[in-house]
Amino acid sequence: MTNSTSAAGPTGAHGEDETRRDFLYLATGAMTAIGAAAIAWPLVQNMNPSADVLALSSIEFDLSPIEVGQSVTVSWRGKPVFARHRTPEEITAANDVDIKNFRDPEADSDRVQKPEWLIMVGICTHLGCIPLGQKSGEPKGDFDGWFCPCHGSHYDTSGRIRIGPAPRNLDVPEYVFLSDTVIKIG
Amino acid sequence: MEKFMQNPIVRWVEYRLPVFAFMNHQLVDYPTPRNLNYWWNFGSLAGIALVIQIVTGIVLAFHYTPQADLAFASVEHIMRNVNYGWLLRYVHSNGASMFFIVVFIHLFRGMYYGSYKAPREILWWLGLVILLMMMATAFMGYVLPWGQMSYWGATVITNMFTAFPLVGDWLTTLLWGGFVVGNPTLNRFFSLHYLLPFMIVGVVVVHLWALHVHKSNNPLGIDMKGPQDSLPFHPYYTIKDMYGLGIFLLVFAYLVFFAPNMLGEADNYIPANPLVTPPHIVPEWYFLPFYSILRAIPDKLLGVIGMFGATMILFALPWLDTSKVRSAKFRPIFKQFFWLFVLDVLVLGWVGKNPPEGMFIIIGRVASVYYFAHFLVILPLLGKFEKTCPLPESIGTPVLGGGGEMPSGAAAAKREKS
Repeated sequence: MTNSTSAAGPTGAHGEDETRRDFLYLATGAMTAIGAAAIAWPLVQNMNPSADVLALSSIEFDLSPIEVGQSVTVSWRGKPVFARHRTPEEITAANDVDIKNFRDPEADSDRVQKPEWLIMVGICTHLGCIPLGQKSGEPKGDFDGWFCPCHGSHYDTSGRIRIGPAPRNLDVPEYVFLSDTVIKIG
Repeated sequence: MEKFMQNPIVRWVEYRLPVFAFMNHQLVDYPTPRNLNYWWNFGSLAGIALVIQIVTGIVLAFHYTPQADLAFASVEHIMRNVNYGWLLRYVHSNGASMFFIVVFIHLFRGMYYGSYKAPREILWWLGLVILLMMMATAFMGYVLPWGQMSYWGATVITNMFTAFPLVGDWLTTLLWGGFVVGNPTLNRFFSLHYLLPFMIVGVVVVHLWALHVHKSNNPLGIDMKGPQDSLPFHPYYTIKDMYGLGIFLLVFAYLVFFAPNMLGEADNYIPANPLVTPPHIVPEWYFLPFYSILRAIPDKLLGVIGMFGATMILFALPWLDTSKVRSAKFRPIFKQFFWLFVLDVLVLGWVGKNPPEGMFIIIGRVASVYYFAHFLVILPLLGKFEKTCPLPESIGTPVLGGGGEMPSGAAAAKREKS
């Protein structure tokens, strides 16, 4: 068209035209990608927990009514949290074992802040069922801790996986003792 | 494209389902009149507005609760708690307005350039069906936040059905699922509000099908006679549509971010109260002209008939307009009456916004009579008596030399050569 020196080859005046067009093309493409991402983000992010759900993220709980040997289940972020007032025998059983061969080796002292209080999320690490063993009369498994009825995972008195398909010990949530008997979970 | 079609995977798919040839035929090589102006952007914009409504609507439904005691609170939950919930809701509520603006311009464009005339009558009808479905969807969507305007808007609109003799009361109770607008009404409105947009998508597909049979009308209103009259849709009109989309999104973004409640009613932020009607009830702006016609007629049944008739009469437009010439460009008298009609609709809208008292009653009545007179008196007579200007030989002629009918031809020719 306007280029009469096309014999100069692709690096001539014609080539400069193409560079300019390429730049516009890439700049448009980049802006489109940024725009698309900016639109996609709120459409995805709205599915994450909303402010009212996040506001439930910590609770305070008074342990004092729980007698030795008793367990209580509290709801935290919609999940069951097991609070067990362990007997001296249970504490001994949790400590007097060789943890080396455990699937998820963890010392009992790493799982509790005060030995008599075992606080953990009562959700089986296999596929999310709630293990039995909180109420008297429920099966507690081979190690006198908890037993998951869904796929047969046995947890000991420290909530560690001993037999069964679960990959990890029962999770210990983040918590602090606000006083001797009041804890704040989360 | 040639190279793309040689790709073995593309060829494997193409042999089984010729989707690429179809897309190429309908979106890339698709012959489009070479002289389309920016008024032809509004069809694709309407499609995009529909997609925006569906996407944001589905996401809002993740968080909304269609239950009379919880609906209002769940909308506030979306506004305050849900991540970007305010954005999604404002895009959806203002998106409805943007959708109507775009569709109204699309409709008026069709009226100005005679796009409803043979052989595009069914295309026109399908567009009107889409408009009616949009109105139903928008109305039911407005009920969902369950504020005062939602509740009383629903009450007034559904009560229109009581105007019909014999079956009126039965029909209205059926709509309500009770003796007043209540939880059953809200539930079914939510269900239908979710359903209708997908039905609109279905009608849009048929609308496009009908469009692609005889192709787009154009500012000259004459048929394409050969390849010299057309341009491939891509890249010429994809780029033109994209440019229009940019402007559309700018206006949209201004509404969403700077005036999200400008087109809404403050009273809808008061929870629905079945025992108290707000002092001044107004529908959303896109219903105002029709609302004016309803109020202009001092009889319940005739008012409702007038209101529905205002949209229904558009179905007969291809026969009420008896002129053989499509485009207003060559119809000097029609052109003036067209703008008078646009003004009349705007006046009806303005009257609808104001309380029905004093001057507004008279203006509303005059404007309502004129609305129908435009279709029933002016258009049929114009076709008989108007002296139209001579039509150019073809779309391409003024552009490719041979005639000086179209002053913009030179510019178009330049674009084509560069």
